[in-house]
Amino acid sequence: MDCACTEQPPAAAAVGDIALADLAPGTPARVVAVVAAGSATPPRLAQRLAELGFLPGESVRVVARGFLAREPVAVRVGTGTFALRRFEAACVRVCPEPLPAA
Amino acid sequence: MNARPEFAAVPVVALVGNPNCGKTALFNLLTGSRQKVANYAGVTVERKEGSLSMPAGRQLRIVDLPGAYSLDPLTPDEQVTADVLLGRRAGETQPDFIVCVADATNLRQNLRLVFSLKRLGRPMVVALNMSDVARRKGIVIDSAKLALELGVPVVATVGVKPRGVDALIELLDRVAVPAAAAPCSQTAGWQKPSVAEIERDQSEVRRILAAVGADRIEGATFSDCIDAVVLHPLIGPAILAVVLFLVFQAVFAWAQLPMEAIKLAVAGFGNWLNASLPASLLKDLLINGVLAGVGSVLIFLPQIAILFFFILLLEESGYLPRAAFLLDRVMGSVGLSGRAFIPLLSSFACAIPGIMATRTIQSARDRLATIMIAPLMTCSARLPVYALIIGAFIPHRAVWGGLQLQGLVLFALYVAGVAAAMAVAFVLKRIGHGSRFQTLLLELPAYHWPNMRNLAIGLWQRVEIFLTRVGTIILALMVILWALSTYPAPPAGAAGPAIQYSIAGYLGRALAVLFAPIGFNWQISIALVPGLAAREVAVGALGTVYALSATGSDLSGALAPLIASSWSVPTALSLLAWYVFAPQCLSTLATVRRETNSWRYPLMMAGYLFAMAYAGSWLTYRVASAFTS
Repeated sequence: MDCACTEQPPAAAAVGDIALADLAPGTPARVVAVVAAGSATPPRLAQRLAELGFLPGESVRVVARGFLAREPVAVRVGTGTFALRRFEAACVRVCPEPLPAA
Repeated sequence: MNARPEFAAVPVVALVGNPNCGKTALFNLLTGSRQKVANYAGVTVERKEGSLSMPAGRQLRIVDLPGAYSLDPLTPDEQVTADVLLGRRAGETQPDFIVCVADATNLRQNLRLVFSLKRLGRPMVVALNMSDVARRKGIVIDSAKLALELGVPVVATVGVKPRGVDALIELLDRVAVPAAAAPCSQTAGWQKPSVAEIERDQSEVRRILAAVGADRIEGATFSDCIDAVVLHPLIGPAILAVVLFLVFQAVFAWAQLPMEAIKLAVAGFGNWLNASLPASLLKDLLINGVLAGVGSVLIFLPQIAILFFFILLLEESGYLPRAAFLLDRVMGSVGLSGRAFIPLLSSFACAIPGIMATRTIQSARDRLATIMIAPLMTCSARLPVYALIIGAFIPHRAVWGGLQLQGLVLFALYVAGVAAAMAVAFVLKRIGHGSRFQTLLLELPAYHWPNMRNLAIGLWQRVEIFLTRVGTIILALMVILWALSTYPAPPAGAAGPAIQYSIAGYLGRALAVLFAPIGFNWQISIALVPGLAAREVAVGALGTVYALSATGSDLSGALAPLIASSWSVPTALSLLAWYVFAPQCLSTLATVRRETNSWRYPLMMAGYLFAMAYAGSWLTYRVASAFTS
């Protein structure tokens, strides 16, 4: 992977990042940024995601997905696990990592 | 230097922490059974306070504030926590001292709240909770070093071990001084943190965790391994189905015996009163008002206790949020949270435990929607009424390859209730909020073995709330209904049953005018008045109106041919439709009043249920009349 995922996050979203909603289960990744995805996003959502720990540089991994419409998504972020709906997971930009940190 | 305890006010210590940090277990350990559970004024958020006696004899008031991820509130729970901490909540003392409870296994998330709380400028300590679990995971945290980095005292605690808070108590004894000694209110200039500040805080958290050697993130935890099975797309729902089946099997089957025992005990006590007291109005009030009222409330206790035992077990172990995860999509399609599933299933036993079980739904809006539709689930109290009418009017014959017509009608009544509930939930979702998107943001905490002590305390609190609060309202209503059905006494030489001459009788006949368009005769209308007490009481009341002396199952047997010959089929079907909505259960409304802390929602519930019942019955009566004429 050639995207710029470092412990200290880049100021803007990196080129190779994808939405957390599209991350394959089990793939380790790092948060790049939290952005409001579309005008229908509830106003406080981005801030709340940050408050829960979806912060640039944190490790994330999709643990499980719902069996209908692949929703909700269970995500391990740092040392906590949260269930998000797809539109919530769409607000988190992540960058997949080639290997889990040893 | 010690403040003289007899002159000093009792200091208030607030426990603050993220949800799932083990705060309540810590609170239980600090305060034992010396707890008061109530609601914060004007909201449905639970308020827990207790007292802690120091070894030296000093007292502390301990307040368990609702779990919060930040002081910039998003939920009513967080609003309360932020308001109390900032001294902005009317009627609540601003805490003199803060204990920030942090999950030692999840400091990466929990320490940010420590930073937020530090900015309040109040005296505080950090309790590193679940430090035993952390140690087992190989996370060894140097408390002294962490205290140095954070700039506040840090103490390791274990919320589930008897002596796990000794160090915290010792620390509190030294540092938690009365308000007079600690300068108050530097919180006036407090500002909400921006996202940039949260990001800066997190960099600092990472630096500190690296400095104290607790920055390792496990690859796959034990909880992840369980989740791989429990949240599996195919196995997960199967496990959930088994769990739910067991819970409801228990609620229905295990509760049978204690419910029968309570019924027998109440009846036995009634008989004893009957035999030992001289005939008087007082005796009638005691037996038919008070005892019947108490009995009709107590009968729900076994179901409530068993249901809450399982809910607390599932909640404590960490499975309940997983169940919500699995059901989120299904329930979400009608705008409910996954957590609404258990309260709604419980409502098939009785709406009262169901409505009480909505406390596990975190979102206030979702909780309200669930409360509002809970009475549409066909509760077991409706069965005697259904059984009577179906037995009297629906022919006992097989249709479509062996299926019984009577059974099919009963099934249709259940389905009608569920369909109506989904429709109401859908409407509530539409009017409730503008955005199409409802947030979920549900934490899936690590699995834990449930702690029996915490479970017992939680269960006792539920039972106590039910018996005292709901019991008093319901009992008062029962006595009022008794008075309505007793006064005035029938004139001398009256021919009809006594109830006909009472206020209830007059009310019933007035109601008969209202109910004539839906086919109810005056007998049904009168029976509906005492039927306000509980749905199944209507059967007994019909017996009274038709002046039958039989009771229990004999009554149904005697009543069935009587109503079969005197009611038309459309009238019977109309009454069945009425009972799908059965808006007249005062016990349910009293519970809603108690749980929502307002009269607004029980009144709204009664209003919409009456409207739907009337419309449903009218439609049924008209359609049935058109077919039978």
